[in-house]
Amino acid sequence: MARAALPGRLNWQLAKVVELVEETAQTTSIVLEPANWQGHQAGQHVDVRLTAEDGYQAQRSYSIASGPEDDHLVLTVERLDDGEVSPYLVGVLQPGDELELRGPIGGYFVWNQSLAGPLLLVAGGSGIVPFRSILRHRAAVGSDVEARLIYSARSLDDVIYREELDTIAAAGDGVDISLTLTREWPEDWTGHRGRIDGKLLDEVAWPATEMQRTYICGPSSFVEAAAGTLVDSGHDPGRIRTERFGPTGK
Amino acid sequence: MDAVDGNAIAGELFEVFGSEMTMAVGTCAHCGASGMIAEQRVYMRAPGAVVRCSRCDGVTMVLVRVHGRARINLACFKLAPPYDHAPLADHQLTP
Amino acid sequence: MSPVSRGFLGRRRPVIDPSRVPPGQYVTSDFPVLSAGPTPHTPLDEWSFTIHGQVDEAVSWPWDEFVALPSETVTVDIHCVTKWSKLDTSWKGVSVDTLLQKVDTEAEYLTAWSDGGYTTNLALEDVTDGKAWVAYEFAGDALEAEHGGPARLLVPHLYFWKSAKWVRGLTLTTNDEPGFWETYGYHNHGDPWLEQRYQGD
Repeated sequence: MARAALPGRLNWQLAKVVELVEETAQTTSIVLEPANWQGHQAGQHVDVRLTAEDGYQAQRSYSIASGPEDDHLVLTVERLDDGEVSPYLVGVLQPGDELELRGPIGGYFVWNQSLAGPLLLVAGGSGIVPFRSILRHRAAVGSDVEARLIYSARSLDDVIYREELDTIAAAGDGVDISLTLTREWPEDWTGHRGRIDGKLLDEVAWPATEMQRTYICGPSSFVEAAAGTLVDSGHDPGRIRTERFGPTGK
Repeated sequence: MDAVDGNAIAGELFEVFGSEMTMAVGTCAHCGASGMIAEQRVYMRAPGAVVRCSRCDGVTMVLVRVHGRARINLACFKLAPPYDHAPLADHQLTP
Repeated sequence: MSPVSRGFLGRRRPVIDPSRVPPGQYVTSDFPVLSAGPTPHTPLDEWSFTIHGQVDEAVSWPWDEFVALPSETVTVDIHCVTKWSKLDTSWKGVSVDTLLQKVDTEAEYLTAWSDGGYTTNLALEDVTDGKAWVAYEFAGDALEAEHGGPARLLVPHLYFWKSAKWVRGLTLTTNDEPGFWETYGYHNHGDPWLEQRYQGD
């Protein structure tokens, strides 16, 4: 499971659903056992393909939520009410079912310990998913690269992996996590409020002079805004990697 | 509608080229901007995937599936080495 | 074929009258938005519709004059090459017959062109005799930008990529000149009942 993805043909394979874990009201993690998984790097994704009895097919991409060193492949899917695929994955799919997928895919949005830091991760909504893989990999290999995560969610109930993120932040292992809630927050909320802007990035990100390596993931408009703000503050666009989700997943 | 980026067609490109292409750098034939495929704007909800330059919005690549076979047109996106290799034999690269 | 995903139906609804659904199509009650690029937003006071090319004299209408032309409300079925069909869609617009009355031409083909650069080719006989409109209302409301507003071409008897969104004009041509999707492999004609999806079909 810890080997890097091998080059060559990218074949579709079946993965058995082992377990479903509800992360938030709208989001579920799907724990999978693929027939022939070669391992992955943190930040990669899989393509998932659904086939109806009459042959109709729909395909979407999902970031891998599990770390390369974890026991199972995990995808975390946000259910979009007007979606075509996500209401199936979060609502119909059951343990014991098989899911057709191919991967791992992608080299651009990968982080591994050979990449020097510091590491800035900027997540909007379900954009947090690949960063869970990155942070798990970082911990598994005992990396001492300093990391900061800025995670924007609508409300506390929408924060995915909340317990895991609290644990990581409390571990004092070189990972700082800043949450910003954009639509509602508890009365005693001491975290940030509102969308990610220049002021928040100035407070939380390292100065541009620190040559941080930045990854931004989330809906297209979120990514455009965050990348634009960083570049406007003098950050090197060459050290920023972006991954945009579409309105219906990716 | 918002565009996604080249990460969204990574699987299709792997099929056509037989290798990872998200980090392939190419030059837009319309405006000369260089960038990685992962950073191009991609319109997926179409009878094909339309890739556009993130600087000038000109169409750089178009990916269609004709009877299930992936076909890519790279006429307006000049790939730089080492990504400028020919695609796999059973797909087409139309000039 | 791939193994079946237990319980997956997609957004489709059961077909009520199979004779209304071309081969390989699935009926939907949604109205999927498909696009090859960013949504243009041309202000109405900058909008015009033009017929030019192989004509004796080009003709052009600004928005106010265009919507004052005789219009029709039609209910048609539409079929997208990506396999969804939507039945009983209601549109209001100007018949292309009405527009072509204003020009003299011997051209047999045309290219419809749009804001944002999209083009599609059609034979004149596919847009005349009550087969095509330039539509500016859908389901009783002004046509939304993401569905092609302020006005789009509507040619329901052909696959819906021929119904160019954000249409601004028709260039009449002597020869059939492939438009955007046609250049990339889609069929020049596009009859859903003959499943003319790709070149060579």
